[in-house]
Amino acid sequence: MSYESLQILWFVLIAILWIGFFFLEGFDFGVGMLLPFLGKKDVERRAIINTIGSVWDGNEVWLLTAGGATFAAFPHWYATMFSGFYLALFLLLIGLIMRGISFEYRSKDSNPKWRSRFDWMISIGSFLAALLLGAAFANLARGVPINADRMFTGNLFTLLNPYGLLGGVTTVAIFLLHGANFLGLKLEGELRERVNAFASKLWIVATVFYIILGVFTYIAGFWNRGHINPGIVPLTAVAALLVAGYFIRQKNEGWAFIMVALNIVLTQITFFSMTFPNVMTSTTNPDWSLTIYNASSSQYTLSVMSIVALIFVPIVLAYQAWSYYMFRKRIKTDKKTLVY
Amino acid sequence: MDPVILSRWQFGLTTVYHWLFVPLTLGLGWFVAYMQTRFYQTKDETYRKMAKFWGKLFLINFAIGVVTGIVQEFQFGMNWSEYSRYVGDIFGAPLAIEALSSFFLESTFIGIWIFGEGRVPDKVHLASIWLVAIGSNLSAVWILIANGWMQNPVGYVINDTTGRAELVDFFALITNEKAWVFIWHTLADGLATAAFLIIGVSAYHLLRKQHTEVFKRSFQTAAVVGLVASVLVFLGGHTMGQFMYESQPMKMAALEAIWETEQPASFSLLTIGDLSGKQEVWSLRIPYAMSFLACNNLDCEVKGVEELNAQYNAEFGPGDYIPLMVVTYWTFRMMMTIGLIMVLVAAWFLFNTRRSDYAEKKWFRWVPFWAISLPYFANASGWVLTEMGRQPWIVYGLLKVEDAVSPNLTPVDLLISLIGYTVVYGLLAAAMVYLMKKYAKAGPDAAMHESVDVAPSFTGGQD
Repeated sequence: MSYESLQILWFVLIAILWIGFFFLEGFDFGVGMLLPFLGKKDVERRAIINTIGSVWDGNEVWLLTAGGATFAAFPHWYATMFSGFYLALFLLLIGLIMRGISFEYRSKDSNPKWRSRFDWMISIGSFLAALLLGAAFANLARGVPINADRMFTGNLFTLLNPYGLLGGVTTVAIFLLHGANFLGLKLEGELRERVNAFASKLWIVATVFYIILGVFTYIAGFWNRGHINPGIVPLTAVAALLVAGYFIRQKNEGWAFIMVALNIVLTQITFFSMTFPNVMTSTTNPDWSLTIYNASSSQYTLSVMSIVALIFVPIVLAYQAWSYYMFRKRIKTDKKTLVY
Repeated sequence: MDPVILSRWQFGLTTVYHWLFVPLTLGLGWFVAYMQTRFYQTKDETYRKMAKFWGKLFLINFAIGVVTGIVQEFQFGMNWSEYSRYVGDIFGAPLAIEALSSFFLESTFIGIWIFGEGRVPDKVHLASIWLVAIGSNLSAVWILIANGWMQNPVGYVINDTTGRAELVDFFALITNEKAWVFIWHTLADGLATAAFLIIGVSAYHLLRKQHTEVFKRSFQTAAVVGLVASVLVFLGGHTMGQFMYESQPMKMAALEAIWETEQPASFSLLTIGDLSGKQEVWSLRIPYAMSFLACNNLDCEVKGVEELNAQYNAEFGPGDYIPLMVVTYWTFRMMMTIGLIMVLVAAWFLFNTRRSDYAEKKWFRWVPFWAISLPYFANASGWVLTEMGRQPWIVYGLLKVEDAVSPNLTPVDLLISLIGYTVVYGLLAAAMVYLMKKYAKAGPDAAMHESVDVAPSFTGGQD
């Protein structure tokens, strides 16, 4: 393959990793955030955790793989973004540590204080991670100060601009909704009713924020910086979210979940087509933007990595899908059948 | 404060911390997989209890390795952006392959293993613990290939236009001899770490004559594996030394505190340097021994740091190319002495298991318990040695540490993260040690009934 097509291929592959990550970890961040609010009793909380218990770790690996693939395929992108968003990523890591450890440790002691503390850590950790990832992506869409040496020249507060914050909050809202829909699919009985009732309230909040974010993006012109006009993709994303509201009211959990998932996927596609071929847009000088052409690895590395991806990606997808299939049954809020 | 120093402290702290937990994950996974396999084959309830009990400790430890591992992958870009730009072509590849081939494997199948018992077929449940063990060890292989390249760069060219190292031979990268000696040393070390934990915890219960069947069998299995693994670790270390003689002579000289080139070279039993760590004051040496360790004959030349430093000044420009000898010298001694003790102690344990009353012996009250800590000290000192011994280089002979840090980070940024990691990691360790102790003491019954809690602090749940 030519160098240019390899660069495009790796841009697409990394986009797919992020899309997969937002789709999968989106609902488990949402479930995590909702945990202390929806689970009143210990057994309910355990049931809520168990809806994602067997999969959250695998979902998180999509993020690790996106990071690793960016390092290998676009070292300058990896270097500039990770050093530039330093404190934001530090907080993201703290959030991921908090929730990851809590899933495993919360039930290993029966002291209610111990459990409640870890439940809140799951919620706060998931919230932090969703907020920061949303803010980071909004800033990537908006552009960040980068100098001629590919160095990020801002600081944490550069990222906390209105658009960045809006992106963060919207991501939190959408993930909450996505999580509630997922719980509706996985739980039973009274808890399921409670979740579904909550989902219709969340839908209003998420939709309002999403539309404001969309209008902001359009008016500010962030959408036509790259070479690709996202066209009807963002409109379809809005439509999917609106249709999701209909299904939530109809208590059709399956279609509600699919529609919000579609919204997340289409939003990510919009993001990546908005920015292509830039991977980080410089607000200091457009010529200093990092693009897939000036940020990538050598042709040799991209070729080797393509072969590796060709071998492993189908295998990974197969066993991950299979693991979801294995645990497809609804989870009873019953101490006798719950794995603690 | 100097950003380079702060970033180095942070990397050292997070890496050594991560590495306190990973070796146990690497080794204990194999043990649990073996025990569960034996249960599957024999339907002997004792094996089931063993798999459950050690599996519980495995999970408590595994969780810390997972969450601290994410930091590892992110901090190359966060703190070492210039390094990442320079080596991304080469170093990024094994890292990405690690995520694709190993992280997905272990994380997906650990979920199936925890939640799948009785829900998935027994065979699948058994296969999943094997895949977890394979996944975690495979991940160690990839990261050691990446680190091996930093110690001994192969299969690359320096691109004159971009000034970056570029991969030209993937095969050379993954067959890097340095990496494979490293891998052998490390994977065996994982088994040894797990074996010593099993021995120590088993001894605790055997002393109290509880669950004798479970812990006698555990002790015996671990004694065999512990001895074999400790010997392999030691031989791996010796081979690394010989490889280092050729590829990193400065590290070799620094860990031995050899100032002047010697032929034949003596081995230092004890060397006292001055406070700067750069001058020898007094030493006690075994003649010829160093030559033997370095190249298996009694008469080869081992270059001293002074000569090497002069040589590097001519080759790479003026500078100080001597690592901090106080650290390299003492971490090497610590690692090697402990490694030797581990071989002897493991042999002693195994030798004693031929008699049935070994748990009655006086030494049994304290030796196995304290021996748990041996691999931990050796693991930490080994990593400090191999990383500090490469200084001032981050990639040996190509890029210096001071040129590798992220230029945009301020001391405030770094202090926030350094203090933040220290606090969070401290809390993690406290929770982890608390749970490990609790479940280790509680014995197999607690591990068998997952939802039944064993804490005496039980005050009635919220339900």
